[in-house]
Amino acid sequence: MTQVLLGALSLGLLWAIMTIGVYITYRILDIADLTVEGSLPLGGAIACVLIANKVDPFLASFIALLGGCLAGLCTGLLHTKLKIPALLSGILTMIALYSINLRIMGSPNLSILRKPTVFKPLTTLGMDKNLSIIVVGVVASLLIISLLYWFFGTELGSAIRATGNNQKMVRAQGINTDTMKILGLVISNGLVALSGAFIAQSQNFADVQMGTGSIVIGLASLIIGEVLFGGRSFYRRLLALILGAVAYRIIIALVLKMGMNSNDLKLFTAITVAICLWLPQGKEMIRKIKKSMAKEGA
Amino acid sequence: MLEIKGLTKVFNAGTVNEKIALSSVDFSMEPGDFVTVIGGNGAGKSTLLNCVAGVYPVDGGHILLDGHDVTRLPEHKRAKFLGRVFQDPMMGTAADMNIEENLALSFRRGKHHTLRWGVTNAERAKYRELLALLDLGLENRMTSKVGLLSGGQRQALTLLMATLESPKLLLLDEHTAALDPKTAAKVLQLTEMLVKEHQLTTLMVTHNMNDAIRMGNRLIMMNEGKIAVDIRGDEKKSLHRADLIALFEKSSGSKLESDRLLLS
Ligand SMILES: Nc1ncnc2c1ncn2[C@@H]1O[C@H](COP(=O)(O)OP(=O)(O)OP(=O)(O)O)[C@@H](O)[C@H]1O
Ligand SMILES: [Mg+2]
Repeated sequence: MTQVLLGALSLGLLWAIMTIGVYITYRILDIADLTVEGSLPLGGAIACVLIANKVDPFLASFIALLGGCLAGLCTGLLHTKLKIPALLSGILTMIALYSINLRIMGSPNLSILRKPTVFKPLTTLGMDKNLSIIVVGVVASLLIISLLYWFFGTELGSAIRATGNNQKMVRAQGINTDTMKILGLVISNGLVALSGAFIAQSQNFADVQMGTGSIVIGLASLIIGEVLFGGRSFYRRLLALILGAVAYRIIIALVLKMGMNSNDLKLFTAITVAICLWLPQGKEMIRKIKKSMAKEGA
Repeated sequence: MLEIKGLTKVFNAGTVNEKIALSSVDFSMEPGDFVTVIGGNGAGKSTLLNCVAGVYPVDGGHILLDGHDVTRLPEHKRAKFLGRVFQDPMMGTAADMNIEENLALSFRRGKHHTLRWGVTNAERAKYRELLALLDLGLENRMTSKVGLLSGGQRQALTLLMATLESPKLLLLDEHTAALDPKTAAKVLQLTEMLVKEHQLTTLMVTHNMNDAIRMGNRLIMMNEGKIAVDIRGDEKKSLHRADLIALFEKSSGSKLESDRLLLS
């Protein structure tokens, strides 16, 4: 059981980086970006191909991040320059990335068994694989939220936040909303690809399918984090994303342990997300029903 | 300060819904002018202000701001010349950001956005002083989300933001129309105070004839995409509602029907 929980913890920490990426588009920019379903495997593909070709795994992960940025740029340009709706722009990039990922890997999946990974330095110190993933995951995700905390406090970061709030106002302040949206998409997909690179290294292979359903997992983690651990301050909200991603993996591990068929997992996740998204309105609805019932009773 | 030549704007050109919102309008403002704009529904008042602000491309004519031809400049590149307050109090601020962050965005209007802090301590002190002038207690709520403020408070804040870095031209489009009469009066009073203090060139749309007559040094009345009446100086000072209605009917050749304008 501890092994199961440790496994969930390590996986959750790697997916936390992806969740932070989803947060940037979904919450800050107010865009549902499906590019992530392609940029996650893109990160895995780039990292694995480079590692298979003897590139240092840290450098390979960084290049994977840049690849994700490029994918975000592509979606951003489709959306702002060609005026294609954001959702559709993301889908277009996602579909295109499927072919590109196959090209990069040369096959639907690519193993890097016994090749060095970013976890290698810790395992050579005698650390258990799960533990080394947890250490890398904690360090990386805390580093990323600290960087983002700083960034979204700067002039540029404030402009991106404002763009997600009120574009008309932002343009009236002399800010190019197109540039801000592109920038947000670039950062978001960079993080998602980095997450993909780490996930692939943790499982020793990349798969062209590894991004399928990832947007839903990201949203589930984000919402679980907000509901269970959310707070007022921005740092607290970023931290809640990491905790949410871990909580999601633990929930999944527990329901599997309780005997759920793993084929039903995606259905379970989708239903969970639907309920969570409905929750704010649902609370209001229940409050109203209670109120009207109280009135009738009186 | 503002020079408009032959400005034309057509919506839905070439369709059955074609609408000539502005039809070769010529209009100019001297530095320090405070022009009030009135006119019936659909007369083209908002379209005029939106064309100046660059919200959409124009179909003909030229717009010069402070000597620069801005006709083809995108909205965000003209912003450095302009302060704007909209009819909808929700439109002028970012709801999920706090008061000081909103002010800081305006403080940097038209400047490059770098990786320096979004709000500095020196700015905070300045904002506190300015907010105190509004007399709404906002100086003690600088880290409150703007979304928590009332419509009047938000509009007062937007006004402060629009005038923070003295714009070349202040554009006000019925900025008190969505407020209750008491709050509207307060926001108008603030408008006069800020315009006077910064000696701002101002173009203010209103549907309140009395305000249009009382405020500013010049009044224009629009009708069907044209400026129908243009009154300034002493003539404006001695103007009455009845004169204005008569002037309008004479210039447009039609009766001023029951309209928001008459009811106000
Ligand atoms: N974005 C748009 N698309 C199509 N038609 C528009 C658009 N904006 C304005 N119009 C039309 O152009 C005309 C002028 O509109 P405008 O908003 O400038 O009027 P207004 O003088 O501000 O009126 P109001 O007092 O109602 O605010 C109207 O007939 C309006 O229907
Ligand atoms: Mg209007």
